[in-house]
Amino acid sequence: MERIPILQMGEFLLVTIQVDMHDQLALRLQDDLTERIDQTSARGVLIDISALDMVDSFIGRMIASISGLSRIMDAQTVLVGMQPAVAITLVELGLTLPGVNTALNVDRGMNLLRQRVGRS
Amino acid sequence: MAALQNSTLEAIVGSQAQLQGEWLAALEANGATRNIREQDLRQETRDFLQLLLDGLRKECGTQIGVEGWEEVRRFLDKLSTTRAQIGQESHQTAYFIFALKGPLFTLLQTHYREQPALLAEQLWEISQLLDAFGLHIIRTYQKTREAVIKRQQEELLELSTPVVKLWEGVLALPLIGTLDSQRSQTVMESLLQRIVDTGSEIAIIDITGVPTVDTLVAQHLLKTVTAIRLMGADCIISGVRPQIAQTIVHLGLDLGTLTTKSNLADALKLALARLGTATGERV
Repeated sequence: MERIPILQMGEFLLVTIQVDMHDQLALRLQDDLTERIDQTSARGVLIDISALDMVDSFIGRMIASISGLSRIMDAQTVLVGMQPAVAITLVELGLTLPGVNTALNVDRGMNLLRQRVGRS
Repeated sequence: MAALQNSTLEAIVGSQAQLQGEWLAALEANGATRNIREQDLRQETRDFLQLLLDGLRKECGTQIGVEGWEEVRRFLDKLSTTRAQIGQESHQTAYFIFALKGPLFTLLQTHYREQPALLAEQLWEISQLLDAFGLHIIRTYQKTREAVIKRQQEELLELSTPVVKLWEGVLALPLIGTLDSQRSQTVMESLLQRIVDTGSEIAIIDITGVPTVDTLVAQHLLKTVTAIRLMGADCIISGVRPQIAQTIVHLGLDLGTLTTKSNLADALKLALARLGTATGERV
C-alpha cells in the first residue's frame, strides 16, 4: 500500500507530498505522522505541498487537522509551497487554516521552523 | 413564388454601368461614402454587382444561406468588417446595399412598363434578396464590433493588474478602478503567480485608485490576503484614504488581521523592516 514518506532531519520531520492526495492516503499520513512525532519527539514538522495542484474540501480539512495535531503534540508545523490555484480553492472553500504557519519554500520554511522552535 | 425572370437578369446586365453610376450617386447623397476612397467604393460596387449577377444566374432563390450565395456573403462579410474597423456607423454600412434598391427598381419599372403584375413580382423578389443581404451586413457588422469590445475588455483587464517589483522580495499591486468579482479573480491569480515566480515574501496591494470600498470589495481583498498568507507570504494593504477608512468603519467591516497603511511609502518601509533590510545606506 502506498504511503507518503516521512523523513527525519535532526529534530524536525519532513513530509513531502509528491503524489495526488486521495482520502485514504491523507488519513494514513495523519496516523503515520502522529506516530513518528511520538517516536522521535520531533520539535517541528515541515509539510511541503508544492507538488499538490488540486485539493478538495476533505484534503483541505486534513491539512488543517494534521497541523493542529502536531501542534498539540508540541511540534511546530509549517506548510510550504502552496500553489496559487490551491490557495484560491482553499479560500473559496472557506478553509483559511487559521493558526497554520506558512512559507513560500522549503528553505524559508526551515528558517521559520528554527525560529519558532528556538523561541518556544 | 415565381423566381426571377431571365429578362430581369438581362435588364440588369444591359445597364450595369448605368446602375453602378446611380448607385454610387445614391451612396454619395446619403453620406455613406465618408472615410472611403472613391476608387475603393467604385471597385466594391462593381464587384458586388458582378457577384450578384453570378448568384442570380445560378438561380438559387432568395434564401441567402445557400451555397450559391456564398461568394456574395463572403464579400459582404469582408466589406462589413472593414467598415466596422474604420469606424463607420451601422446604418451607413447597411445603406451600401439599400442604396442599390432605388436605381434597380427604377430600372425594372422601365423594363416592365407594360406588365404591372410581373413588375410587382420581380420587385418583391429583388427586394427580398437585397433585404436579406442588408441584414447580413448588419449582423456581420455587429459581430465585428462585439469582437472589438470583447478584445478591449480583455486588454483592460490585463492592463489593470500590473504586478510590480518594488524591492528584492517585495511586490506591489497598484489597483485602479472598481473591483468586481471577475477582476478581483484576475488580480488574485496574477499576484499569487508572481509571488511564486519571484519568491517574494511580501506583497503590497495599493488601493489608492479604488474609488469605493464596499462589503464586496472588502471581501475580495480579504480573500486575496488570506490566499497570500496560505502560500506563505505576507500582505499589506496601502493607500487607505480617509473616506475609505470611514466607509469601512461605518459599514462595520471586520478587516481582521489585515495590515493597513495609509500610503505606499509607509507600506514599503514596513515591508523592508520585516525583511530586515538595512535601508540607511542604500536608499
